[in-house]
Amino acid sequence: MPAATPLSPQRRRFLMDTARMAGGCALAGGALVWLARDARALPAEALRPPGALPETDFLGACIRCGLCVRDCPYDTLALAELGADGPATGTPFFTARDVPCEMCDDIPCVTACPTGALDPALTNIDDARMGTAVLVDQENCLNFLGLRCDVCYRVCPVIDAAITLELSHNERSGHHAIFAPTVHAEHCTGCGKCEKSCVLPEAAIKVLPLRLARGAPAEHYRKGWEEMEEHGGPLVEGVIDLPDRLPGPGTDNLAAPGGFEPSFTLPGAGE
Amino acid sequence: MKETMKLPVGEEATRLKGWWPAHRFLVLRRLSQAFFLGLFLLGPWLGLWWVAGTLAGSRTFGVLPLTDPLVLAQSLVAGHWPELTALIGALIVLAAYALIGGRVYCSWVCPINPVTDAAHWLHETLGLQKGWQPKRHTRLWLLAMVLIVSALTGTIAWEVVNPITMLHRGLVFGMGFAWALVALVFLFDLLVSRRGWCGHLCPVGAFYGLLGTYSLLRVSAPRRAACDDCMDCFAVCPENHVIAPALRGKDGETPLILSPDCTNCGRCVDVCSVNVFEFTHRFDQHVEALPPPERSGTTAA
Repeated sequence: MPAATPLSPQRRRFLMDTARMAGGCALAGGALVWLARDARALPAEALRPPGALPETDFLGACIRCGLCVRDCPYDTLALAELGADGPATGTPFFTARDVPCEMCDDIPCVTACPTGALDPALTNIDDARMGTAVLVDQENCLNFLGLRCDVCYRVCPVIDAAITLELSHNERSGHHAIFAPTVHAEHCTGCGKCEKSCVLPEAAIKVLPLRLARGAPAEHYRKGWEEMEEHGGPLVEGVIDLPDRLPGPGTDNLAAPGGFEPSFTLPGAGE
Repeated sequence: MKETMKLPVGEEATRLKGWWPAHRFLVLRRLSQAFFLGLFLLGPWLGLWWVAGTLAGSRTFGVLPLTDPLVLAQSLVAGHWPELTALIGALIVLAAYALIGGRVYCSWVCPINPVTDAAHWLHETLGLQKGWQPKRHTRLWLLAMVLIVSALTGTIAWEVVNPITMLHRGLVFGMGFAWALVALVFLFDLLVSRRGWCGHLCPVGAFYGLLGTYSLLRVSAPRRAACDDCMDCFAVCPENHVIAPALRGKDGETPLILSPDCTNCGRCVDVCSVNVFEFTHRFDQHVEALPPPERSGTTAA
């Protein structure tokens, strides 16, 4: 066996120093990873400016310069302060209940962004999806109680598309209508004017981030009625179309085998 | 021991040169730091929006974009290709500091510098031990660590804790609890490690140091023959390992301080009572031939 060459002390010191440095950096790096990942948890009530990339991409793109905040003409946007606001320190956000987005036509915040964290591809503010409004509390919404508050509907910049009033019978009074404010997410920009204007002490309609507000259909789902319309007929040949048993005042049910007499007949019907 | 060594740092220079020549670069540096901070405060305080944004990214007179190149580098490794505005801004900053010295940012612009300088002043006043002194290149390791963490997490990782942008953004936009982070840096420099943050750990300083490796603007010691070994320059320099190669260089060796660690703060120029140092460019190799200085102190000791 050849004699081992004596190890130099410099070599040992170098290896020791390197190992120590690498260990220290791994420790500090681990802490930084933890902090950086922790910063991803955007609170539900904090909304990003229009055109903001999805949160995980946003945190890699936003340099926290605050130019969007400076160019926002309505004091809507603010930079998150360490320990005082929820979003990652120094990133822009707004709280709909405090100051909603006024949906400027020229979208100055997006124009101001030097990095593209606010996507310059957004040129029509109606295409912004800062979140979506959800009527979270039907039990306290005045319209659902049968009153005509309508404020969220009236203030909506995309009125009659993003929020409509859907009529239904008011079972409580028996002879009034309920005008239910109904959000259509495909048109809602998430500007937050409805949440801001809700007259209740705590808003019954709130703008939530899409990840919380929306479900998603499975990719393989097909809606039969849409497919049928596209195809111009049933997709499967030779389907036997059985007669439908229609509910109705009397006759249809009696005509069907095993039919029964309705429990009551409306006055003047079935003559 | 030489008599002048017993004097407080800079006192002999003040006595011989007068107050202003002995404090010139210190005062100019504080004015510069106040100026760059003031530019950003003109908007929120006085409504004069000449400069908008923060040190991470800004817009001057509505046209000139400036971007912190390290922040943008983290964004790049995190997987985001930025818009042209930010890229141009970063290139301008890169070019400027590559020319005048990367760490000029540290001593003439960075808002943390007055904090750590204050910590160092108090540290000296209280006569504290130098404490934990990690190797100078620790900051290079940390710089690499920051870039790796950015790539791993897909975020601009250092901005989660960076006291520089936290303090600057805090002053311009609103502080939150960022002052606590600044206080930590102050306490670290005061109690744990003399000149620890800027001198050993800060990865931003490491980045700017690398950036200025071949910079033009340099401090030189052309009158090194006049040096009377008072040691004031070593005492006042925040990166004092950079001085010896230039000051103690033999004939034929460069009088230039070529280490990228030098922050071009100019304090050595100030405190030298025999005017050994001066600002010059990196191709200026001239050394003045001088009669040997009076070293009476050394023989008397």
